[in-house]
Amino acid sequence: MRHNRDEKRFDRRVGHLRCMMANMTNSLFLHGRIRTTLPKAKELRSFAENMITLGKQGDTSARRRAMSFMRDKSVVARLFDEISLKYKDRNGGYTRILRADSRPGDSADMALIELIESGEAKEEKKGKTKKATSRKKAEASVKQGKKAA
Amino acid sequence: MPNPKKRHSKTRRNKRRSHDALSMPALSLCPQCGEPKLPHHICPNCGTYKGREVIKSKELS
Repeated sequence: MRHNRDEKRFDRRVGHLRCMMANMTNSLFLHGRIRTTLPKAKELRSFAENMITLGKQGDTSARRRAMSFMRDKSVVARLFDEISLKYKDRNGGYTRILRADSRPGDSADMALIELIESGEAKEEKKGKTKKATSRKKAEASVKQGKKAA
Repeated sequence: MPNPKKRHSKTRRNKRRSHDALSMPALSLCPQCGEPKLPHHICPNCGTYKGREVIKSKELS
């Protein structure tokens, strides 16, 4: 028994898995946003971001490595010439996963995964400050409640 | 074949089922339209998340 396996297989053989990930990566770069199941989106994130990192390197070697995974010249060209340029000033975190509803057939959790637009501010900081304020608000309302009581 | 010896009483049946209750999913209210939605999820009613990311609500089946 092989313990501590952390890669997901999605009940597919390696070749099938790689093809699926490559197809989804291509779709993501073509359309900017795709809808898939949450576990697939989470797995796709790492593949897609690796490809963008290759795109940022931009040399022939990187292009060939991207090509060997994505296997689509037009998408690789688009990745290297357009998409990766948007992420010059961003170190990782090029994609965003939004949880959506569940699929009717099997109630699988669905999600949208999308490329983050260059103009958008970094969200992580926003989220943290928001959380802090909401906690403060909660504390404040508790205090007010005590006063009122 | 082994068979039940005695019929189980209603009390026994009900006791067995006392832990079978389903719990409500945690719900939060959409800041945009006020409808209940799953926390950290896109609102199925108006298709927004954190006040933006508008998708047509049809896109969510």
